[in-house]
Amino acid sequence: MGNKRIVWSKIWPPIAVLAGLLACWQAAVTGGVFDQWIVPSPVSIVQEAVKIWPRLMEHTAATVQLTLLGFVGGSAVGFVLAALLHLIPGVRTGVYPLLVLSQNIPIIVIGPILTMLLGYGLLPKVLLVMMVCFFPISVAMFSGLANPDAQLRNYFQMIGISKWQLFWRLELPHATVHLFSGLKIAASYSVLSAVVAEWLGTKKGLGSFMLISSKGFMPERVFAAVIIIIALSLTLFGLVNLAERLFIRWRPVKEAE
Amino acid sequence: MMSDRTENHPNTLQVQMIRKQFGKGLASKEVLGGLSLSVADGEFVSIIGPSGSGKSTLFQVIGGLEKPSSGEIWLDGKETTGERGHISYMPQQPALLPWQTVAGNIEFSLTVSGVDRKATKLKTKEWLERIGLDEYADAYPHVLSGGMLQRVSFLRALLAPQHLMLLDEPFGALDALTRLQMQQWLMSIWEENRRSVLLITHSIEEALFLSDRIVVLSASPAVVLKEFIVPFVRPRSEALWTDPRFNEMKQQIYELLKVGVREGVCSHGGIN
Ligand SMILES: Nc1ncnc2c1ncn2[C@@H]1O[C@H](COP(=O)(O)OP(=O)(O)OP(=O)(O)O)[C@@H](O)[C@H]1O
Ligand SMILES: [Mg+2]
Repeated sequence: MGNKRIVWSKIWPPIAVLAGLLACWQAAVTGGVFDQWIVPSPVSIVQEAVKIWPRLMEHTAATVQLTLLGFVGGSAVGFVLAALLHLIPGVRTGVYPLLVLSQNIPIIVIGPILTMLLGYGLLPKVLLVMMVCFFPISVAMFSGLANPDAQLRNYFQMIGISKWQLFWRLELPHATVHLFSGLKIAASYSVLSAVVAEWLGTKKGLGSFMLISSKGFMPERVFAAVIIIIALSLTLFGLVNLAERLFIRWRPVKEAE
Repeated sequence: MMSDRTENHPNTLQVQMIRKQFGKGLASKEVLGGLSLSVADGEFVSIIGPSGSGKSTLFQVIGGLEKPSSGEIWLDGKETTGERGHISYMPQQPALLPWQTVAGNIEFSLTVSGVDRKATKLKTKEWLERIGLDEYADAYPHVLSGGMLQRVSFLRALLAPQHLMLLDEPFGALDALTRLQMQQWLMSIWEENRRSVLLITHSIEEALFLSDRIVVLSASPAVVLKEFIVPFVRPRSEALWTDPRFNEMKQQIYELLKVGVREGVCSHGGIN
């Protein structure tokens, strides 16, 4: 009971502020501060969204599919690469610095090259999203694997732990905390990069829907798509957070906050 | 009482002329300078030495984490120089896996030490009950106090099947009162379950209270300055603290350490 009340007391202020902002927006548009056909009012956005709901959901489904494929695929590749880099010392010294450097490349710019090479199908888009997700995860995971508590490592080596046991029972669990911070970054990136990938050319997905709507001077539709994209991004981030809570129960509550 | 036991049994641990040098050439530093000592079966031996003299390094060598520059380690009559997994160990910090419960931690360490998984479960439960921590069996380590954590850490070392226990300043991070309680606690458990123990400590009182023999090391490069047989009968109690012989020995060891440190400083330009 008390707990619920605390949660509620944390939630309502931002919601009130948001509602206030929306009201101002609505008032500004109806009051004639902006032109309807440049900045639509919240009410008209909702009306338009309801009208084209089935189509909107079709596009949403396409974007969700692309996002999830890229996110899961990129995470898996990032995870495996980090583990390999960690376990094969020779590769580590050569590849890891490059990996860190490559984080600074805006992957999105590779998009047109991928389409050029692989056409307009699903594959180049998934690849693009994968590449975006892959870096934060492999870097976070690798640094997590590389430095677990030195005292723990020393203790277990003293009692004769094998390299495999060290990896599975000490380094990997330690790295999961880092893995989740990488997953959170990748989650936000993945929705964004899926939308950008859809700009590169396709008929399906919220990205292309936005593009077509804005070319056709239908601002309500553009705004509706943007709101759904934001919602998707927040949802994915929330799911990763939830998974983290479920997975890392052993952490002291204060630290987890 | 202890001494006839030790004479009839082979040594659990034999450290023979161990030298350990870190680095090469001009930058090299000799930390262990030909150090020999032994621990008999069921004997409790303490090592006292100046800070930075190489005590932990000696443990790393015995545990097989560091290869000695020369010299040999023998455990239970077999040479084990550079081999891991022959000892049980209790470090200064508890070193419990934060993502494992208390019982899970003990069980995992025991399986690493080669105990059958099923056997670990029963044993762990039984012993946690015995030391009054059974209600924490399924708790994560961060819930426990420093003293409780060290008791778990000690239990984990005690239950391991290896004959020799290495304890590296096990109570160094605890407050004075908890430390005293832990010493008595460890004493009572050890007196019931005699194991071969090699303990590193900074406290002369602790060494006198717990051990059968005390080995005093010099500053680096560490060699054995002197060994003291601790004559007090077991079971020992707090009454020992006021025994005049206790204080006399304490004074002797203290004087010896003072000289050892000074020599170390003169010849090597400083200690940690
Ligand atoms: N891997 C290493 N490389 C280089 N020097 C080292 C290494 N390990 C230890 N040393 C040096 O060896 C010396 C002895 O260190 P050690 O930790 O064994 O001392 P100690 O007696 O355990 O000290 P304390 O009482 O403070 O715990 C120190 O001067 C330290 O700098
Ligand atoms: Mg030390």
